[in-house]
Amino acid sequence: MNWYDIIFYVFALLTIVSAVGVVFSRNIVYAAFSLLFAFFGVAALYVLLAADFIAITQILLYVGGILVLIVFGIMLTSRANSVEMKKGILRIAPSVIVAGVIAGTLIGVLTTTRWPSAGMGPAEETAKPIGTLLMTNFVLPFELASILLLVALVGAVIIARREERKEGLK
Amino acid sequence: MSLHVGLEQFLVVSAILFSLGIYAVISRKNAIMVLMGIELILNAANINFIAFARFGIMNLSGQVVAVFVIILAAAEAAVLLAIVLNIFQQLNTVNVDEVDKLKN
Repeated sequence: MNWYDIIFYVFALLTIVSAVGVVFSRNIVYAAFSLLFAFFGVAALYVLLAADFIAITQILLYVGGILVLIVFGIMLTSRANSVEMKKGILRIAPSVIVAGVIAGTLIGVLTTTRWPSAGMGPAEETAKPIGTLLMTNFVLPFELASILLLVALVGAVIIARREERKEGLK
Repeated sequence: MSLHVGLEQFLVVSAILFSLGIYAVISRKNAIMVLMGIELILNAANINFIAFARFGIMNLSGQVVAVFVIILAAAEAAVLLAIVLNIFQQLNTVNVDEVDKLKN
């Protein structure tokens, strides 16, 4: 085992332990904090896969954006959460069975398949090639994504705001 | 499967994350916990994309797809939290099994 392997196993362990903490935590605030470490662990895995741009995007968007949204959601709905996190889990046996079967099947298939591998090339910076690809081969999905973000933002604002506009409109 | 880190190790980590996400989505009542499970699933998919981009033959296209997955996750989280807040204002609960107004 060289350093690459050791670092990989450390961060894989961090990711999986944090994800277990997210899934099995009784307290939703602890779950959100475990999710923080899970996101950092995944970002570290991206770095090990030589995806520097994606790793930074992961930290900026997931940790800085989505996790903050989740914490806001927890705070704004905290009255309902604090009461019944104890019995906030239902259907334990079916969920364990389904998740276990999925995990077993996936890991079994993944470890027995012979993947066509081109081997690891040298790690290069990826930001510039990704930008070029976005503007050439992927320009249509790129523009669609911008429209989608606009629609999602406007939709989220309209859905989330209170029902005060009824008397305002009439 | 050897201990030396290759494509399989990344795929196994991603499969474990995916299963944990599935477990959270199925077993949790709280809508925000369900959202966290979905985020875990999307992260697992992203690890797969980037691992295949690194070890496979599809070069950087996998990373570009991962960028789109992250964009979709952000939009989805914003809309879902808006819906959850609205449900909380209307029904005073965020548990997905108690939101059954259409049934009664």
